[in-house]
Amino acid sequence: MAETLTVEVMFGGGAELLFNKVKRKEIALPPLKTFLPDSQNQNWTLKELLIWLKDNLLVEREELFLKDDSVRPGILVLINEEDWELHGQLNYELKENDKIMFISTLHGG
Amino acid sequence: MPVPCKRGCGNNAVLKRPKTGDAICKECFFWAFETEIHYTITKGKLFNKGDSVAVAASGGKDSTVLAHTLKTLNERYNYGLNLMLLSIDEGITGYRDDSLETVKQNRDDYEMPLKILSYKDLYGWTMDEIVAQIGRKNNCTFCGVFRRQALDRGAAMLNVKCIATGHNADDIAETVLMNVLRGDIARLKRCTAITTGSEGTIPRVKPLKYTYEKEIVMYAHYKKLVYFSTECVFAPNAYRGHARALLKDMEKIRPSCIMDIIYSGETMSIKEEVSLPTQRLCIRCNFVSSQEVCKACVLLEGLNKGLPKLGIGKSSKVKKLLDEYNTRQNNLETAVKDLEDCNITDKKTSKTCKNISNGFKQKECNATNCCTNKTERNVEKNNEKLQTVLDKYSLENNSQVKLDEEDSDDSEIKHQDEDDTCSSSCGRLGVGF
Ligand SMILES: [Zn+2]
Ligand SMILES: [Zn+2]
Repeated sequence: MAETLTVEVMFGGGAELLFNKVKRKEIALPPLKTFLPDSQNQNWTLKELLIWLKDNLLVEREELFLKDDSVRPGILVLINEEDWELHGQLNYELKENDKIMFISTLHGG
Repeated sequence: MPVPCKRGCGNNAVLKRPKTGDAICKECFFWAFETEIHYTITKGKLFNKGDSVAVAASGGKDSTVLAHTLKTLNERYNYGLNLMLLSIDEGITGYRDDSLETVKQNRDDYEMPLKILSYKDLYGWTMDEIVAQIGRKNNCTFCGVFRRQALDRGAAMLNVKCIATGHNADDIAETVLMNVLRGDIARLKRCTAITTGSEGTIPRVKPLKYTYEKEIVMYAHYKKLVYFSTECVFAPNAYRGHARALLKDMEKIRPSCIMDIIYSGETMSIKEEVSLPTQRLCIRCNFVSSQEVCKACVLLEGLNKGLPKLGIGKSSKVKKLLDEYNTRQNNLETAVKDLEDCNITDKKTSKTCKNISNGFKQKECNATNCCTNKTERNVEKNNEKLQTVLDKYSLENNSQVKLDEEDSDDSEIKHQDEDDTCSSSCGRLGVGF
């Protein structure tokens, strides 16, 4: 019941600048219902993870990372090193020890 | 749930390609990514066997991936290219000094010689010093104009056939969009060209022209390439930032829009009565210019005279500024004297050619006698030139009014082409990134 879900989040390509220069961090997510009592999902998905990140780790202005209920276009998301577009994007259900990476394409080249 | 690679290789897919929507595995992605660039290079005839090619290297993702890919393809397909890295040090503390470290890493990783040219050596000013003079509003104008010429000079010193830049498909689509939004037909016509550069200049080529930004970043990630990502510390251009955000929003809904916009730019035909600026040589520095005196020389003169706004604002303002300046100087002779003094000072203090003192060809400008004996014969010429120049600022700039509007703060940068604007460094960071 009160078990936490452990996942690793990683930031690169400049996205780390929005997270206090943190490049990787292991996080322990509480049961979803304690974090978001109104959530329609039973289990953590990327959609709720974004909300958790905004509340807990994001230090820069929110609009630099998020747009509507997703990441800002131009930020790539990898789930265990694979493009989230192959895995349902926001609807992807998090599993124990998942590695979720956010890479900005918006920084200078 | 694993998704199989579209190519039927038996591996699991790792990414969805924006161009095609195909799910593809890592190995097939590398192959497709590199082969498409090879195709772009051969179809566009970007290089000839034996060419020396300078890769414009910023340490960022695009130029890092470009250097890596060109090295790979050069070996795989026997291009016979002599590749080198060319970097410009704008003198921006905390930005360029860090990224230059990445470029040095590129040099070691890819075993390519590296040439770094600084604004300080070329122009006598760092961007930090320029910003201290002009504030943060128009600094991208200076940076873009100086960078463009600095790359030309570096390429001439390296004696290369062409300069390869890291502009990707998203960049080019963004530029097409920007030129449409500004009604800038002259640039709209040029900005999709895979090779740019008129006679007398070293051509710029864009091998990543059809490569999506997403794939460049994914390629760098999977290949574990080290690149530098931060924002330029100076103010970005808001208008371009909006265009970029719009494009990214549309790309999310329909990724092929990037290719479609480029295609539109390539195939759009321009009505004949649209007059396009003609190219000539700057009477001072002899680099290609659409004016008698090039933008870099005008901006530099402004800086050196303590009139940093010279060349940025509308032509009427330039005239006013110069009038005020001349009043301060009492008469034109004082101004001429001033220019001579500048030249003499330059001779003593600098071994590097500076725009203010030059009227000689870049090609002659490599020895220690660069700004000494060549300058002598130009001092007297400068007297009449100065008069010409002063007249010119108020007269000929009329044709430029549209481009000189103050609110389009980087409009001047792309006066000749789109290559070396801050769009490849700070301009794209418009929405705060
Ligand atoms: Zn495959
Ligand atoms: Zn010039």
